[in-house]
Amino acid sequence: MISLKKSLRAASAVAATALLFATPGLSEPLKVGFIYVGPISDFGWTYEHDQGRLAVESALGDSVETTYVENVPEGADAERVLTQLALAGNNLIFATSFGYMDPVVNVAQKFPNVMFEHATGYKRADNVSTYSARFYEGRAVIGTIAGRMTETNTIGYVASYPIPEVVRGINAAYIHAKKVNPDVEFKIVWVYTWFDPAKEADAATALIDQGADIIMQHTDSPAPVSMAEEKGLYAFGQASDMKEFGPNARLSSIIDNWSPYYVARAQAALDGTWASEDAWHGINEGMVEIGEFSDAIPAEVQAEAQALADAISAGEYHPFTGPINKQDGSPWLADGEVADDITLLGMNFYVEGLEGEVPN
Amino acid sequence: MDWSSLSPLSLIATMVVASIPIMLAATGELVVEKSGVLNLGVEGMMITGAVAGFIAAVESDSHVIAVIAAAAAGSAMSLFFGVLTQFLKSNHVATGLALTIFGLGVSSLVGQNYTGVKPPQFPKPEFGPLGDIPILGKIIFGYDYLVYVAFLTVLGVWLFLAYSRAGLILRAVGENHDAAHALGYKVKSVRLLAIMFGGAAAGLGGAYLSLIRVPQWTDGMTAGAGWIALAIVVFGSWRPWRVMAGALLFGGVTLLQLNLQAVGLEINAAYLSMAPYVITILVLVAISTKHSGMSANAPASLGKPFHPSS
Amino acid sequence: MIRLERRRAPSRIWSFLAPLAAVGATLVGGAVIFSLLGKNPFEVLTTIFWSPLFDPNLSAYARPQLLVKATPLILIAAGLSLGFRAGIWNIGAEGQYIVGAIFGGAVALAFYPEEGWYIFPLMVAAGALGGIAWAMIPAILRIRFNTNEILVSLMLVYIAVQFLAAMSLGALRNPEGSGFPGSRNLQYYESASNPELVAGTGIHWGGLTAVAALACLYVLLHRHILGFHIRLAGESPRAARFSGARPALLVAFCLGVSGGLAGLAGLFELAGPSGQISIDFNVGYGFTAIIVAFLGRLNPIGILFAGLLVALTYIGGEMAQFMLGLPAAAIQAFQGMLLFFLLAMDLFLNYRIVFGAGARA
Repeated sequence: MISLKKSLRAASAVAATALLFATPGLSEPLKVGFIYVGPISDFGWTYEHDQGRLAVESALGDSVETTYVENVPEGADAERVLTQLALAGNNLIFATSFGYMDPVVNVAQKFPNVMFEHATGYKRADNVSTYSARFYEGRAVIGTIAGRMTETNTIGYVASYPIPEVVRGINAAYIHAKKVNPDVEFKIVWVYTWFDPAKEADAATALIDQGADIIMQHTDSPAPVSMAEEKGLYAFGQASDMKEFGPNARLSSIIDNWSPYYVARAQAALDGTWASEDAWHGINEGMVEIGEFSDAIPAEVQAEAQALADAISAGEYHPFTGPINKQDGSPWLADGEVADDITLLGMNFYVEGLEGEVPN
Repeated sequence: MDWSSLSPLSLIATMVVASIPIMLAATGELVVEKSGVLNLGVEGMMITGAVAGFIAAVESDSHVIAVIAAAAAGSAMSLFFGVLTQFLKSNHVATGLALTIFGLGVSSLVGQNYTGVKPPQFPKPEFGPLGDIPILGKIIFGYDYLVYVAFLTVLGVWLFLAYSRAGLILRAVGENHDAAHALGYKVKSVRLLAIMFGGAAAGLGGAYLSLIRVPQWTDGMTAGAGWIALAIVVFGSWRPWRVMAGALLFGGVTLLQLNLQAVGLEINAAYLSMAPYVITILVLVAISTKHSGMSANAPASLGKPFHPSS
Repeated sequence: MIRLERRRAPSRIWSFLAPLAAVGATLVGGAVIFSLLGKNPFEVLTTIFWSPLFDPNLSAYARPQLLVKATPLILIAAGLSLGFRAGIWNIGAEGQYIVGAIFGGAVALAFYPEEGWYIFPLMVAAGALGGIAWAMIPAILRIRFNTNEILVSLMLVYIAVQFLAAMSLGALRNPEGSGFPGSRNLQYYESASNPELVAGTGIHWGGLTAVAALACLYVLLHRHILGFHIRLAGESPRAARFSGARPALLVAFCLGVSGGLAGLAGLFELAGPSGQISIDFNVGYGFTAIIVAFLGRLNPIGILFAGLLVALTYIGGEMAQFMLGLPAAAIQAFQGMLLFFLLAMDLFLNYRIVFGAGARA
């Protein structure tokens, strides 16, 4: 009874908020603003968000009008740009970096009629949605490929900052590499930057010198892929496909595909059905896309990876399914138990088998 | 942790490659500073060289043209600085910073259509049997042409400054521009040439980054290398060989830091990342306490405005 | 034959004309760039320079934001100008800005969630102290070992950046932030926050401090023996020594003041507009302020205007991005060009162009 009441209340709240937002009349297009943390030419994170913006334009045509501001630092500058986008009449604003979280919340309070979408954050309001991608699903797939393809049994991982998102990716990749190759070992280098091509290249080189024959990365520049290409080894595209940077090296890629979500949200705003929600989408919804498998991957490995991706997509398999122990050997997930989103969101520990410590 | 897996050989080889961009840029800046000019725009000139060399390589498919284009672009950028500071008497520090801002903007604009494009592979010279010598083969004969160009540049600058008459004039100008002027040397022209050389070297350093070390063009890819080059000049106390050593050391420490992590050393990476800068300061202090050190070799007129009073 | 002749005193007329001429030249140059990019140059230029001030929709918000954006620039530039006059080159204000914010932020977070009037003053003191401490490293090394302060202060920026990352991920991380990097937001912690003093004006404690700093700077330079020594040291170190200036004291004073003001700028920015210690807390104010100091000709009033002008190009540039779809890189190139012209036109302040052979030949 109570739960029914609750859900009724929730439903009416959603309806109420949806009505609140002033949707432009037929003649006026919906104005959609984007704020980016990097340049749209970074070929990584920001580039993919801008592809999403272009997808909104091509899908919804004249009924929308999009604008963007690039290279906006997090903090005070973000708050100003967000306010100005709202003042300039944007009805729907996508803020595409974690550090925009508090600015989004502040500005959203001042503009209750503007709809905000914040990527990778966790603070919501009636007019603030959050969305993020379950990149770990992709990591599980490429981890499987890496485990099968490595000859030295050593996989190098260029990591940016020790935050849950990155740690989760390392764990997912390791668990699935280990599953298909019990001898596999991960070497992790933290570069403490999201973007520094030279440093990322150096980190990849260091890992290769340490015997890694497959490079994974959680940084934004395509430099590690380029390095693997040069050394005749393998790597995976990150954020965008990166095939151009390593035609031979790139085995597959995890592509951030924001287009379906952006188009759907803009459409909802147009229809007047937009409501605040918390979207954490994966392979199934198309937000996480597995790039085409390279011919270097044997057919049976391709099939295995594809099957894993399909099972994840269909909801038949969760990449964090027990039994999984934490690094110190203490149990985390019992046999068959599936990790809950809260733990995943705040993940700051390695799973059993990984060496080293999560720095902090 | 397995120390034995750290291979000194490949570490040295990677260290050399990692240090080339800053070595080139720093050697160029050394000449500029020796003439009494402080150009803080190295980053802006490097990134311009990086994008220009990249575009030229992609469009012409010729490495020679790419290298020339990079040097020319760096040089052209430096001319903004040169004309402003030498003829329009603007302040060196501020103009250099403005140059960096300008260079970053222009390179990003020009390079917009070149992200995601792959440049042609840069060839390595063939040393024949020399390359097969067990240890030396890899750490001496295993590089691309530009590495040798960089070391030759260091050698050339050293010979030029130490033994040539033109080098003497350049140093005289940097030491005391009024005296040099009184002796009839064209202070502004000498400085302008030095600035252009510095620009060319920085441009080349940038191109090394975009064409060889990380063969790709991405916005802002120099990521602060120009600033390091500036530091290396002072670190090397304005002597070409020390600047070279400084560039190698800096490249080496950064690499070692990453390698130690790869080996599995349990140390906070954030603090490890500070190491190159801390070590630079420490070495600098050590050098400057010796009286024969940098203070004696610093160009006396560095950064001071020059105007012939009569 | 064209040549330059030094004026006996800076030209008064040109001190006003030079910036105007520079803006004029930039408008022409900008028009070329923007038309090459296929934009209407007139529209772009009015968006950058006019819209933030007078656009009916945006200016009410943008005008106070100009002050917010200019505040740290002016505050830092005011301090730097002292050293630059004396030939003491602190180019590491960015690092001092970061450390000031970390120190001040750490004080606030140590008290959290306690409320009290004394918290903010303590933070301010800690922020200034942090900046001073960071600046004292190059100062002491210069005094004791004659180590070049340009290099040391620059290196310390990179160390501070790493320190900032370590703090945002470690000691100062928000324990309720689900493991994400970044501290608690001080905007939501009343005793530690630095909001607008009067809503809608864009003036917070940092703004007041900046104005006070400029006033003190003016008095110091023109009414105090130390200011006299600073000016003399820049023009002629030997003469300064004869007149009783102590070089070590000057180094410590100039670096200390610039570090302290940079630290304060960091603290006010942290507690106010920014709110959080995070990996990307610093956005280059420390470097931009160097340009502001020179654009302002190291003069308090000049710095005020230079800071506002630079802030205008930032805010106007953003507007040009979202109103006209101009890439950020074009704005950056345009800013660089504007700075070039402003610096170049200052020539006429101190020199006159003489045509013909003149007396010298």
